[in-house]
Amino acid sequence: MASVKFPRKEFEKNIKLTKEIEDKINLFGTHVESLTDSEIEIEVLPNRPDLFSMQGYVRAISAFIGKSPGLKKYTVSSSGEKLIVKKPLPKNWVYAYACIVKGVKFDNERIKEVIQIQEKLGATLLRNRKKGGIGLYPLDKISFPITFKGMNPDEIMFRPLEYPEIITGRQVLARHPTGREYAHLVSDWDVFPVFVDSKGVIMSMPPIINAHEVGKIDENTKNVFVECTGTDPNVIKKALIILLTALAEMGGKIHSIECTQQDGEKESFPDLSPEKMKLSLDNANKLIGLDLKENEVERFLAKMGHDYKKGTVSVAPWRTDVLHEVDLIEDIAIAYGYDKIQPEIPKVSTIGGESRASQIKSKIAEALIGLGFLEISSYHLVKEDEIKRNKGLEKIEVEDSKTEYKYLRPSLLVPALRIFSENKDNEYPQKIFEIGTVFLKDNKIETGIGESSHLIVASSPANFTELKQVLEYLFRSFGIKCSLKESVKDGFIEGRVGEVISNGKSIGVIGEMHPETLREWGIKMPIAFLEINLDPFLA
Amino acid sequence: MEKKPSSDLEKITDMLSPMERKVVPYLKYSIEEIEKKSGLDNVSVMRALRFMENKGLVKIKATEQAVIDLGTNGIYYKKHHLPERQLLTLLESHGNLSLEETKKLSKLSDNEFKVALGVLKNKALLSISNGRLLLNASKEELMKKSLEEQFIEILPIEQSKLSPEYLHALEQLKKRKDIVQVNVVNLVSFSLTSLGHEIAGKDLAYASNLIEEVSPEVIRAWSKGKKFRKYDIQAAVPKISGGKRHFVNISINRAKRIWMDLGFQEMQGPLVDSSFWVFDALFTPQDHPAREMQDTFFIKGEKGKLPSSDVVKDVKKAHESGVSGSKGWRYSWKEEEARKVLLRTHTTCLSARTLASLRGIKNKTGKYFSVGKCFRNETLDWSHGFEFNQTDGIVVSKDTNFRNLLGYLKEFFTKMGFAEIKFIPSFFAYTEPSVEIYGFHKGNKKWIEIGGAGIFRPEVVVPLLGEYVPVLAWGPGFDRVIMDRYGITDLREMYENDIQRLREKKEALD
Repeated sequence: MASVKFPRKEFEKNIKLTKEIEDKINLFGTHVESLTDSEIEIEVLPNRPDLFSMQGYVRAISAFIGKSPGLKKYTVSSSGEKLIVKKPLPKNWVYAYACIVKGVKFDNERIKEVIQIQEKLGATLLRNRKKGGIGLYPLDKISFPITFKGMNPDEIMFRPLEYPEIITGRQVLARHPTGREYAHLVSDWDVFPVFVDSKGVIMSMPPIINAHEVGKIDENTKNVFVECTGTDPNVIKKALIILLTALAEMGGKIHSIECTQQDGEKESFPDLSPEKMKLSLDNANKLIGLDLKENEVERFLAKMGHDYKKGTVSVAPWRTDVLHEVDLIEDIAIAYGYDKIQPEIPKVSTIGGESRASQIKSKIAEALIGLGFLEISSYHLVKEDEIKRNKGLEKIEVEDSKTEYKYLRPSLLVPALRIFSENKDNEYPQKIFEIGTVFLKDNKIETGIGESSHLIVASSPANFTELKQVLEYLFRSFGIKCSLKESVKDGFIEGRVGEVISNGKSIGVIGEMHPETLREWGIKMPIAFLEINLDPFLA
Repeated sequence: MEKKPSSDLEKITDMLSPMERKVVPYLKYSIEEIEKKSGLDNVSVMRALRFMENKGLVKIKATEQAVIDLGTNGIYYKKHHLPERQLLTLLESHGNLSLEETKKLSKLSDNEFKVALGVLKNKALLSISNGRLLLNASKEELMKKSLEEQFIEILPIEQSKLSPEYLHALEQLKKRKDIVQVNVVNLVSFSLTSLGHEIAGKDLAYASNLIEEVSPEVIRAWSKGKKFRKYDIQAAVPKISGGKRHFVNISINRAKRIWMDLGFQEMQGPLVDSSFWVFDALFTPQDHPAREMQDTFFIKGEKGKLPSSDVVKDVKKAHESGVSGSKGWRYSWKEEEARKVLLRTHTTCLSARTLASLRGIKNKTGKYFSVGKCFRNETLDWSHGFEFNQTDGIVVSKDTNFRNLLGYLKEFFTKMGFAEIKFIPSFFAYTEPSVEIYGFHKGNKKWIEIGGAGIFRPEVVVPLLGEYVPVLAWGPGFDRVIMDRYGITDLREMYENDIQRLREKKEALD
C-alpha cells in the first residue's frame, strides 16, 4: 500500500467528504487513513500509480461516484520543439521523452504536490529510480532543441539543485545529499547522461539531479518542460503521462515535443490516445459469477474511467495495471461493488484430507503428550554462536539478516538448548518435544538445500535411561524396530551417548549432555535427549 | 440454616490428619508447649494448626515482639564473665593494686576497664584512694551474682515478660557495647474458636482407627464399619501441568480441520525454494520490490535448478510478452534471477507447484490447502517477526468464479471465529480480481485485516497448467488469528517458548 496526502480544502472543492463518499472510497479499494482539518491521507494500491496525485485521484473517484464517468480526454497541441537522444549513453539508460505544459499556476502548495507525485512515481513505478527518473524545468530558462546524451562524469560541470557552487558530475555523487543517495544507480556507468539545451547549458544529470539555475520550479513558473528518461520506454512514458495529465488537471495545456531516440525513431510525445482492449461479456460474467447485460457492463466500466463500445474497451493511457481482460473484469467487479457480490460455495464435491506426513507427525505428538511432554515451536533460524560448536558442519547462511538469527538450523537440538537456557528459572522437571524441519546442504536437491523432518524429545533433569524408555515406547507404539549403537559425540558424556539405528541406518542420536556443554549454555540442570530423523517413516 | 454442633464436630474430627490429631489434645497450651508435649517439631505443629485454621478450629495470629538476646560481646562475657566480675576476681586474689597494675593484669581493653570501674564504683563495691583500688564489700557480697549477670543468663527472653529489676538491668546493659541486642520477631500464637474449644483436649485415640490411604492391604482386609479419614476437599493442592501441543500447532490443526471438512486436500513442500516458484511462477516481475534482499532471506551462495523446460519457457513468455492475450510485463526475463534460493515468503509457492503438477492431467478439478511457516527479513519486536504462518488454498475448476471465492473465504473465516466477514478490492501481482478479507473482531468490536485472495491471473495459470482454468486462490497470514484467539498482543510471545506460559496457556473450548 502507498499512502498519499492531499490538501483537504482543495480535495473537497472537487469531492465533498460525506459518510457515503467515504464508504465509496473504501469500496474503490482505497481508504481514508487519516483526516485532519488541513489534510486527507489516503491509502492507494501500488498497481494504481495514476492515483498518486490528487488530480488523478479526483479524476478516478469522480468517475466512480458517477459525477463524470467514462474516459477523460485531454487536448494535445504540437509545440514544434525537438528532443534528440544521442550516443554515447550508459548501458540501458537510453530512452528519453519530454513535452511542454503551459499555463500552470504554481504556488507553494502546487510545488509540494508536484514533488510528491514525482517522488511517489520514482519510488514505485520507477523502482526507486532504477527504471527511470522524472524532471521538470521552467520553460523560459531553456532553449530548444534539447539534447539528451552521455558525458564523461569529470567533464560535466554544473551547479546542482540547492548547492552553493559548480562541481563536476562525479563530485555530485560524493558531495550532494541526493547524489550520495542515488550514487549506487550510476556506479558502473562510463558516461553520465545529461540534458543540454541549444546554448550548451547543462539542465540536469538524470536520474540524479537537476541544475539549480534552469531546473528549479518556483512560484513564478507558469510553463514547464517535463521529461522522463530511463531503461524501459513503456514504463517511463506511463510515468510521464501520469504527471502531465495531473498538470493538465491543474489547468495546464499539453504541447507535444518530437522525441528522437538514439536509434533514430521519431515520436511525437505524448500520444494520449487510449489503448484498445477486447472484452468478452461472457468471460466477465463467468469469472465474477454474475449475469450482467452489455449496457450494465458499459456503465460499470465508465465508473472505472473506461469507454466501452461493442466488445472493445478504451483504456486510459495513464493506467499501468491493465495487462489483460481480467484486469477490466476486476474493474467491473469493483464498480458493481464487492459488497453486493453474494458469496456462494459451489457444489463441487471433493474429499478432503491431510497429508500422510502430517497424520504421522500428529500421532507421534499424541504419544509424547501422553508421556507428559510439552510441545515447543522454535525458530528455523539460529544464531552464530549457537552453531559454531557444530564443527565440520557446512553452515547455511541467509543474506543480510536484520537480527542475530542468520543460519538455517542444522538440528532441533540447537533451538532446544536455547529454550532450556531461557527457561532455567521456570519450574522443573521440564519435558519438551518438537517436530520440525532441519536443513542440510545437499546437491541432489534442486535448491541445493535438503530438508528433513526431525523429532527432538528432551527432558531435564533426566538421564539416559529415561530417554531410552521414551525412545523404546515410541518405536514399540508404532511397531518399528530400533536399536542403539555406542558412539562418541562432541557435547555428550562418553559412554552415555548412542546412535539410533532403524532398518540398518543411523537415524538419530540419544544421550546425556556433557556438563561442559550445559555450562556453555548457562544451563544448571542435567539434560538427556533424543533427536531422530522422521523422513524414513513419513514417506 | 442451623447445624447441629456435634455433627459438625464429628465431621471435622473425621477429617483430621494424623498430625492434627496429635496436636488436638494439647490445643489449650502454647505452641512451644504443644511441641514439647506432642513431640512434633515446630514446622509440623504449625502446619497442623494451619490445617485446623482452614477447618475453623483455630485462629492463627502473628504479632511483632521485641526479644532480647545476647550481642557478640554478651556471648563472650556469658562464657568468660563480665569485665566487672573479672576485675573483682583479680582484686580479690591480689589485694590492693594500683590503677596501672590492675589495668595491666586484667587484660581488659581501655573501654572495658573504664566501664567496669564505673559499674563497681556505682555499686559501692570499690573505691579509689591515692591511685590504688580498694574493695569495700564482704566476700559474700562480692560473690553474689549481680543483676546484670543474672539477666544475661536468662536470655533470650521477650521484653514484655521482664520484671522491673530486669528491665533496669536491660537499660544498664543497653548502654554498653554489644552485650545485648533487641530483635523484633514475628511471634505466632493462636486462639481457639468455639468449635476449637469443643475439640481441644479431646483424646482422639479412637480416631487413630480412621484409615488414611487405601492400600492393597486395606482392600484385602476391608470389613464393614471401618472408616476413612475425611479429606478437606477445599484445601489447596500443589499445581501440576501435563503435556500438550504448542498453541500455534493447535490453531494450525484447527484450521486444517476446517479445510478438510470443506473437502480440501493438503499440499506440502519445502521451506527453502527457488525464486522461480516463489515469484516468477506467480507472475511477480523480477524487479518487484518484494524480491529485494532487504525483505527476503536469500540463501548465501546457492543457485537452484529450474523445473522442466516447458514450464520455464512458458513462465518466461508470460513475463516478457504475455500469454493468452496478456501484454506481459515487457522486459527481458532472466533465468539467473529465477534460480536464486530463498526461504519462502509465502506458501503460495506450494499452490504454484501443485498447479504445475496438474499439467498434462486431464481432470484438473481439485481443492487444495496448506498451512505453513513463511519468512521475511524483519527485525524482532512486538509487532514484527521474521517467521509467520500462512494458510493457502486453491480451487481448480472450470466452473468456479469470484462469488465462489468469497463463499469459501466467508465459510472458512466464520468457522475460524469471525462474526462477520467483508471484502475490499486489493492488489496482488498474481491474482485478478483481487480481494482483501476483513473480519469483525467480537472482542475489540473492530474490523481487522485478515489477508488477501483472488483468482489467479491467466499469466500464472496458463504457463503452469498448460491451459486456462479458473483457479481461486488465497493466502492470508495466520498469526493474527492465533494472536486474537489467545489474547496475545506481543508477536514474540508466539515464538518465545516460555515453558511456564505454555503450561498455563488456556485453550478455548469451541
